[in-house]
Amino acid sequence: MKREVPLLISMAAGLFVLIGFFVPHPAIRTGYDKIQQWVIIVVAFTYVLGMANVLHLNVKQIQKRSRDWPYKVALVAGILVTMAVGFSEGTKYLDDNTGFSWIYNNMYSAMSATMFSLLAFFIASAAFRAFRVRTVEALLLAVAAFILMLGRVPIGSLIHPALPQVADWLMEVPQNAAKRGILMGAALGVMATGFRIILGIERTYGSDGGA
Amino acid sequence: MSIFSALHRLDRRWIFLTVGLLVVVPLLTGFHIAPVRPSARAKGFYDAVQRVPEGSTVVLAGDYDPGTIAENYPMHLAAVRHLMSRNIKIIAVELYPGGPPLADRVLHIAGEEFHKQERVDYVNLGFKSGNEVVMSQMGSSIPVTFPADRSGVPVNRIPVMKGVENFGQIALLVSISAGYPGTKEWVQQVVSRYHVPMVAGVTAVSAPEYYPYLQAGQLQGLLGGMAGAAEYEVLVGHPALATRGMDAQSLAHIFIAFMILLGNLAALPQRSSTGRK
Repeated sequence: MKREVPLLISMAAGLFVLIGFFVPHPAIRTGYDKIQQWVIIVVAFTYVLGMANVLHLNVKQIQKRSRDWPYKVALVAGILVTMAVGFSEGTKYLDDNTGFSWIYNNMYSAMSATMFSLLAFFIASAAFRAFRVRTVEALLLAVAAFILMLGRVPIGSLIHPALPQVADWLMEVPQNAAKRGILMGAALGVMATGFRIILGIERTYGSDGGA
Repeated sequence: MSIFSALHRLDRRWIFLTVGLLVVVPLLTGFHIAPVRPSARAKGFYDAVQRVPEGSTVVLAGDYDPGTIAENYPMHLAAVRHLMSRNIKIIAVELYPGGPPLADRVLHIAGEEFHKQERVDYVNLGFKSGNEVVMSQMGSSIPVTFPADRSGVPVNRIPVMKGVENFGQIALLVSISAGYPGTKEWVQQVVSRYHVPMVAGVTAVSAPEYYPYLQAGQLQGLLGGMAGAAEYEVLVGHPALATRGMDAQSLAHIFIAFMILLGNLAALPQRSSTGRK
């Protein structure tokens, strides 16, 4: 019973949502919309669960003084301070001159953008240290990379007027063909997994891990 | 010490310093290397906005956060400027928790430039958790999915939301996206079911993923990374952040290409000795 009931609920919900996607009849649509509204509420609660989990794991590691524990102190302090500031400002926390906005603009934004910007430095370093042309395939990759890197920026047309067109061709023909194949393969995989869950063959979501 | 071994032992901090200078100097001095030429993808984006009749309403999805601000923010701002210049009403939504303040910022900047009123000409409905389910639910009812705007004002008291029930009243879907959930999910959940015309602005690294949708006509235009944003800024006639950044990006790309060549040159003696063995 402990295994069959969750399976039946999954099967019924899966089938109903699948039908609802294709059938806009009000008899189906009303229930379909209701389920979607429930999902939105349930997903919102997962944020609370996720944060509780982050706090629980990190506080435990701080207590044990495990590796890099000072960073975990910074993480936990960051979460608690941001939450405290946000809650203390009530519904006004969205206004421009609040402490919450200050944290968002001057800490969160700056740190997030910095992480992304580091890519430029590491890509340049990796290009020098790791991109070795040892095979024909690596040579093809290097040539394509050169054309795309130079053809995609304004300076490319100064180097050679045809460079942007060649870069576009590479993106629109060979790249697109490969990407389309990958997309189709992934879509078939998702469909197969969906059917396996609906039919009760895939049970890894259950508490018994599908055993 | 041969030049090859010197190259082999090159401290990577010199590479970091050079990249830093190549990016910072053009941004600070504003020197200009080459003009930005709009691609067919950027023109497609521009033309799709141009085709929207004045007074229509569009959904603007700002699905990114400060992590990709360098690429997504300029295209977001340029899109809002373009829409407002054509008197098109904007309903902004975000599926990234860190996105709403950025959407607020672009809407307020462009709103002041074009003398638009919040909630009359544009509204930011804010963040909603649920990813694809939010998109799908908007197809049934936007007011049910977003009962209030970001500041908590109920949608039935927001003039720009008057008469808007679902995607049937939306002339265009503009997706500014950093990944999941974003452009791909909007195409799958909204374009394929409700046939709303759609354009997208995405990060350069994710742009190749959307070419099949562009070629199939499910996307009418695509801006890829800062280069796409710069092309669009030129088309809109308001060169700004992205256009200024293109010279820095040009130099950084040339340097990375040069690094690949140099790295292989440095590895030449090692390779020939391995070959002899």
